[in-house]
Amino acid sequence: MINIQDILETINMIKEENLDIRTITMGISLYDCAGDDIDVVCNRIYDKITGCAERLVPVGCEIEKELGIPIINKRVSVTPISLVGGRYSSEDYVKIAHTLDRAASTLGINFIGGYGALVQKGFTNNARNLIDSIPQALSETERVCSSVNVASTKAGINMDAVALMGEIIKKTAYLTKDKESIGCAKLVVFANVPEDNPFMAGAFHGVGEAETVINVGVSGPGVVSSAIRRTGNCDFSTLAETIKKTAFKITRMGQLVATEASRRLGVPFGIVDLSLAPTPAVGDSVAHILESMGLEKCGGHGTTAALALLNDAVKKGGVMASSHVGGLSGAFIPVSEDAGMIDAVSCGALSLEKLEAMTAVCSVGLDMIAIPGDTSAATISGIIADEISIGVANTKTTAVRVIPAYGKGVGDSVEFGGLLGYAPIMKLSDSSCEEFIARGGRIPAPIHSLKN
Amino acid sequence: MKAVITVVGQDAKGIIATVSTKCAQAGANIEEISQSVLKEYFAMIMVIDISGLSLPFTAFVDEMRVLGEANGLDIRTMHEDIFNSMHKI
Repeated sequence: MINIQDILETINMIKEENLDIRTITMGISLYDCAGDDIDVVCNRIYDKITGCAERLVPVGCEIEKELGIPIINKRVSVTPISLVGGRYSSEDYVKIAHTLDRAASTLGINFIGGYGALVQKGFTNNARNLIDSIPQALSETERVCSSVNVASTKAGINMDAVALMGEIIKKTAYLTKDKESIGCAKLVVFANVPEDNPFMAGAFHGVGEAETVINVGVSGPGVVSSAIRRTGNCDFSTLAETIKKTAFKITRMGQLVATEASRRLGVPFGIVDLSLAPTPAVGDSVAHILESMGLEKCGGHGTTAALALLNDAVKKGGVMASSHVGGLSGAFIPVSEDAGMIDAVSCGALSLEKLEAMTAVCSVGLDMIAIPGDTSAATISGIIADEISIGVANTKTTAVRVIPAYGKGVGDSVEFGGLLGYAPIMKLSDSSCEEFIARGGRIPAPIHSLKN
Repeated sequence: MKAVITVVGQDAKGIIATVSTKCAQAGANIEEISQSVLKEYFAMIMVIDISGLSLPFTAFVDEMRVLGEANGLDIRTMHEDIFNSMHKI
């Protein structure tokens, strides 16, 4: 029998606390789209994506209506494009980007991920050409998301790739300068990238994945935050227990939606990603969860500890609720997409240095951070190198998605609108790392990568 | 297969009649009703059997929502699966 209290609790979570399924992402392999003629390849890619995901949006809407839970995004991730066989130039890759954009538009989805490369140990010719094409591809398309994995705990850090990505990010910012350098909001640099992540902009369909797969990302910072407030003045054990129980309930919803979507689409279920993903909406903030634990402002002393507790408890609660957990699975701390983070940066409580420390205990990394437009490529590479080192040394995923907003400086802000939100420009250190970045080569893998 | 209908809004005459008539017309069998009025607010939870629905469940969800809007009520119809998965291990 369904208990009335349970019904009211669920409805309250959805109606008042912004509980939703953030995304149903269909992964599609593009290996069999390889060919010698780029136009043939583009046609194959278009046909494969629009064929496999034809029913993704209608089925998503159907589940949304039947269960009464909002499913915010339906998206597609594809094989990293640099791995689709053939010999392609940068111009060819831009054509593929346009094809992906067109397929996404046909399907009625807002983002398609996978325009990327895995170069943790070195560049293939294709990977190099693809990375070179990123600025143009992101400036000429609307829905294409790009990610590049430049390091792993096993391989170490490809510092040539780190140096190159600094320049690519600068160029992308310039080419999209008329739209607040928004191209950079769709470009992520990773260490230890997960191959089944359903969240954009870093989603792609990994090399060991099946032909097609359904991955689901849940959300619900508002639900966790309200549960903590209701618990009141309790000790840390009780606090962790409250978060665990809430995460369990949220994840069960994700598992249900994933199973249903997989059944109705006839596509295997992959994973549920346990990440708490915020939005700029009021009551949907990870920063506010930390503040509800007793911090005056996110970014003050105690923030890293609070985030570590949150991240751990979310995983412990979520892992039992789902048959397969994967993706990033941890709390997200993007600045522009989180009302509490924006506030904390605006009032000076949250600095870039503190954000970097916070990324050591949660997914994902320095995410959606606007920096001055005149930041040098070497400095951006320095930011990437620091963040990526945290991931490599701690055997975890880290990433960098910074926006050097063209023509803007500290005190200004950028406004992307929608889920991407708004961000004040953050101050960086003035000292140069040019010589360090210019060394080139690879930083060796850490000793604890040798586990065999 | 069951679903849960929740109705919230200003109290008025005939709310239960309006909702239950619609259920009967659609072939939904009401199995349980819990209802209360707090000050001027009306709140009702109905558990219905939807195996005999004469229209697709998604269309029924829409019709109930429209019925709510026409009567100044918030009517939500949700499949029981969501409550079972969230609250039962």
